[in-house]
Amino acid sequence: MSQKKSFPWVRTIASWFCALLIFFPLLWLGLTAFKTEGQAIAAQLFFTPTLDSFVEVQKRSDYTHYAFNSLITSVVSTVLGLMIAAPAAYSMAFFRTKKTRDILMWMLSTKMMPAVGALVPVYVMAQTTGMLDSLPALIIVFTLSNLPIMVWMLYSAFKEVPNDILEAVRLDGANVWDEFRHAILPLTVGGIASTGLLCLVLAWNEAFWSLNLTSAHAGTLAALIAQYSSPEGLFWAKLSAASLLAIAPIIVFGWFSQKQLVQGLTFGAVK
Amino acid sequence: MSRLLPRSLMAPAVITLFLWMIVPLVMTIYFSLVHYNLMQPGEKTFAGIENFHYFITDPDFWPAVLQTLELLGWVIIITVVMGVGLALLINDPFPGQGIVRVLLISPFFVMPTVNALLWKHMMMNPIYGVLGHVWKFFGWTPIDWMSDLPLMSVIIILSWQWLPFACLIFITSLQSLDREQMEAAGMDGANAFHKFWYLTLPHLGRSIAVVIMIEMIFLMSVFAEIFTTTSGGPGNDSTNLAFLIYKQALMSFDVGVASAGALFAVVLANIAAVFLIRMVGKNLD
Repeated sequence: MSQKKSFPWVRTIASWFCALLIFFPLLWLGLTAFKTEGQAIAAQLFFTPTLDSFVEVQKRSDYTHYAFNSLITSVVSTVLGLMIAAPAAYSMAFFRTKKTRDILMWMLSTKMMPAVGALVPVYVMAQTTGMLDSLPALIIVFTLSNLPIMVWMLYSAFKEVPNDILEAVRLDGANVWDEFRHAILPLTVGGIASTGLLCLVLAWNEAFWSLNLTSAHAGTLAALIAQYSSPEGLFWAKLSAASLLAIAPIIVFGWFSQKQLVQGLTFGAVK
Repeated sequence: MSRLLPRSLMAPAVITLFLWMIVPLVMTIYFSLVHYNLMQPGEKTFAGIENFHYFITDPDFWPAVLQTLELLGWVIIITVVMGVGLALLINDPFPGQGIVRVLLISPFFVMPTVNALLWKHMMMNPIYGVLGHVWKFFGWTPIDWMSDLPLMSVIIILSWQWLPFACLIFITSLQSLDREQMEAAGMDGANAFHKFWYLTLPHLGRSIAVVIMIEMIFLMSVFAEIFTTTSGGPGNDSTNLAFLIYKQALMSFDVGVASAGALFAVVLANIAAVFLIRMVGKNLD
């Protein structure tokens, strides 16, 4: 112990240095958002902050519309995903058979299929059903693409529930719903929350399907930012303002929920 | 009853995922066997293996396969090595540990399009970008990252995005490391490297496997980061398989060839999946 404490400041400085280095691009983005275009290009360190870029972004591309789409798609797809994934994970964890692992692995393997491989079929299906550029289409796709990860995380969480507790509840003659509500849920609420949080983040940040299935009507923030790619590429202050607006909600949300999120991010790897 | 219940609980997830997999797959197989170009409407005539032949003999094909693997390999190596290092660095309590953790985790919450644009313009622009200024400060010639080192640029961007994730999982894993064992090893005269190699690293084994698995799932088909930074270029120097298929489908409008490519990607994904299941699967029980 005494050995460890002899040079704590070296570690402290090194840790802070690494953290700031990794955080720097985001800090820079945040600073640039409050600059004028001239200051942004000149990489000025000292400047008087201005909100012009934010005003301009809202005027030009209706930020609130896209933010609303992002919010709806990520929340609804997460809730829907939990409703489908939780029973499956429950069944896998508490009624294990020889096939359980194969099914889980098969589910994960569907996640490994490159989305681009399904692009044309999904696009054609969305087009024929008139769901192109609509929120339901995005919600369905987000739910399905997060489902394997959700089942896996929930399965890892449920598996940790001690067997004797389950047996005791079952001896009491509780039905599945009671068993879930009174025994499983209180013990695994952390894992369930963590699963939901991760999927919320993944859906908010999803870019492939948003870019390819939506345009003005159902576009999410990830798609909005891509619009700033080439024509606005040189207007760094506006690009930064739009980017900051797009990532701020989820980053702040992530900061507050990180402890919770991390608990379930182990995927059963940590005992 | 006892068999019916678990199955019916599992059914919604299994059925939806099965449809999500099989319907696009069947359609892709069909498209890959016909001549189907969006610019030439009309009869879809049977093409046999022509589309596959065209996709595989495309001079861009092998470079794209290679670049897919390079990208995957480098990002995994960088994030795992640096993630373990960082996790060890900030594992013990120090002033501001909470804030450091929050700062470290932040890039994970950034959406790929923002991440890509931020790096492309504000970091890697050779004239105005921050890296350009740093290079000039040291008297070096700034690098034009996107045109001279496109694949490396994408690798750097992706590593920055995935490092926090890897690091977080390792931190969580380190917290369950047996401290008494470590101290006992120290008393027996084990040095820091021995302790790391024989105790810490084996302890981290499972979480390293999990990080590799999850990163592989997401990095096999990297798209948005390439789309918004280099668009696969210059030429095809930063095109991966996913982006090559995208180019065929939406830039050349050749659905037939793109579908043949997609099937190839599916096969590649399955090879990777089998490999991963061997590696990680036994850790899941």
